[in-house]
Amino acid sequence: MNALGNRWVRGALVVAVIVVALGLPIVGTPYLIDVGTLVLVYIMLGLGLNVVVGYAGLLDLGYAAFFAIGAYTTGILMDDAHLAFWWTLPVAACFTALSGVVIGTPTLRLRSDYLAIVTLGFGEIVRIAATNLTFTGGPEGLYGIAHPTIGGFVLRSPQALYFLGLAFVLVVLAGSYNLARSRLGRAWLAIREDEAAAQAAGIYPVHSKLMAYVLGAVFAGAAGSFFAVKLTAINPSSFTFIQSVTILMVIILGGMGSLPGVILAAAVIVVLPEVLRAFDQVRMFAFGIGLIILMLVRPQGLWPSRIGQIERRAVAVSEASAAAGVAADAAATTE
Amino acid sequence: MTVALQQLVNGLTVGSFYALIALGYTMVYGIIRLINFAHGDIYAVGAFLGLSTYGLLRLLHVDNPILTTLLGLVVSMGCTGLLGMLVYRVAYRPLLHARLSILISAIGASLTLEYGLFLIYSPSFLVYPHLFDTPGMSLGDISVSGLQIIIFVSGLVLMAALYLIVHRTKIGMAMRALAINQDAARLMGIDVNRVVALTFFLGSTLAAFAGVLTGLYYSQISFLMGFLIGLKAFTAAVLGGIGNIPGAVVGGFLLGVLEGLAAGYFSSRWKDVVAFGILIVILVVRPRGLLGERVVERM
Repeated sequence: MNALGNRWVRGALVVAVIVVALGLPIVGTPYLIDVGTLVLVYIMLGLGLNVVVGYAGLLDLGYAAFFAIGAYTTGILMDDAHLAFWWTLPVAACFTALSGVVIGTPTLRLRSDYLAIVTLGFGEIVRIAATNLTFTGGPEGLYGIAHPTIGGFVLRSPQALYFLGLAFVLVVLAGSYNLARSRLGRAWLAIREDEAAAQAAGIYPVHSKLMAYVLGAVFAGAAGSFFAVKLTAINPSSFTFIQSVTILMVIILGGMGSLPGVILAAAVIVVLPEVLRAFDQVRMFAFGIGLIILMLVRPQGLWPSRIGQIERRAVAVSEASAAAGVAADAAATTE
Repeated sequence: MTVALQQLVNGLTVGSFYALIALGYTMVYGIIRLINFAHGDIYAVGAFLGLSTYGLLRLLHVDNPILTTLLGLVVSMGCTGLLGMLVYRVAYRPLLHARLSILISAIGASLTLEYGLFLIYSPSFLVYPHLFDTPGMSLGDISVSGLQIIIFVSGLVLMAALYLIVHRTKIGMAMRALAINQDAARLMGIDVNRVVALTFFLGSTLAAFAGVLTGLYYSQISFLMGFLIGLKAFTAAVLGGIGNIPGAVVGGFLLGVLEGLAAGYFSSRWKDVVAFGILIVILVVRPRGLLGERVVERM
């Protein structure tokens, strides 16, 4: 694990990722390219949730709901209204942002673990609604969603869709990189560390949190739109609680707030089950145990963000001294 | 009106389950401020252990339904209680001061229990023995089965017993002290870990009790049965005021009845949406719940 701390190892990994990302569609089989495209979807979702959980420190357990809203918006508009893919993107962004505002405005004032439960409930409501409504196609969902076009060129082949996904990822990546370094990004960091102090410094916590929540929702909506045209068929089973947990797993495994971590972890999360297909039965069981062990052993993830590392060191020091103080107190009382 | 009364009866039955599970959520939350995501799955484990006990007793040719049910309840409650303590010891205790990590660890524990049942028992539904065929009574058009009465009454007895433990015993006093101020409680010589572990034990036994009765009532169980009911029981705990024991009971029954009415008058496909809708509205409008006291935000 410590090898990842080495600058050269990190540099080599970055080069390897770029080579794989560009080389895959040229030399890969259609199956490999599909797996690669799925990795791209999870990178988008991971980057989006990273804004909410990693940057702003809000635990969202219903993130798949926004993914679903994006996918269904694009699917319905293309199926029923015969809109072009590109026109459905802004609509999907508006819908996800709107639902983010509706669910976020009242709840972001609450305790953080209440937020986790509300988002979980929201995720279930969206999934149940998609299953029971008629215009979402019920349990069978939507199918026959058209392929996107650029000019007169239809993006139908796995390669073309892979590159479309890669373009989406690059935009989202640039967006999150800049967000972390913006005024808003620093506000999130301040709130996450000490809300009272941030407030005293003139930051509106609720406003900043809402921005994180809505931006995260829009990222998931874009990922959903892409997902819909990539698969050409969507149904509610793609948007379960397990899906939300999987996306959460991406950012926890990678390291909260860490962009390279998200990319690495998305690849692990998608590729590992493909490799372990023979062990399908024990997969979720191992997943659960893995979550606990990860929290106990390496809560900072595979590739922790540098800002996080510095904070954690400071916290560890203060906790160690506090623990020493408690131990001293205990010793004093027993004597 | 008949529909309403019939749904009231059904709602009180399901509400008993919600209330029993909600008590586990509310006690744990009251003491260590953790939403124990695995609690719904603890309830599922209770149902499966009960089924195993029934199977074992059948092999031993013990056929008296009352005796087997009592033994099934006792064995399941005991083992599930110990499991609850084990989950606390392994997944929560080392993380008590890391809020986000402990929640994620709880999700991990939930998945581990669910898919542990999946691997050990079966991916599909398992059938529970059909033991209580008593027709019960019918008042006009409303029918109340004997099992429904058993569930409601025994549930109330257990809830009362828990109330007495928490309010009339020394260990209960220690729990209440911990809920108010952990450091002060520690200074008074309370063994915090032991009391928290015992809280997990008590909560898990109540959930196991609900699990076995659910098996008898619906006559089938599955490894995922705890997920949805766990969420709803948490909703019930929040509805009543989290951390508040009578609140969890009131919230459980209220949620059961509201959901029953929604299913009766609207559509049973949307009853889960009603439950989560209530959760969101309560959290937004009155986060302390119906009976909860105003709590100070703790960081």
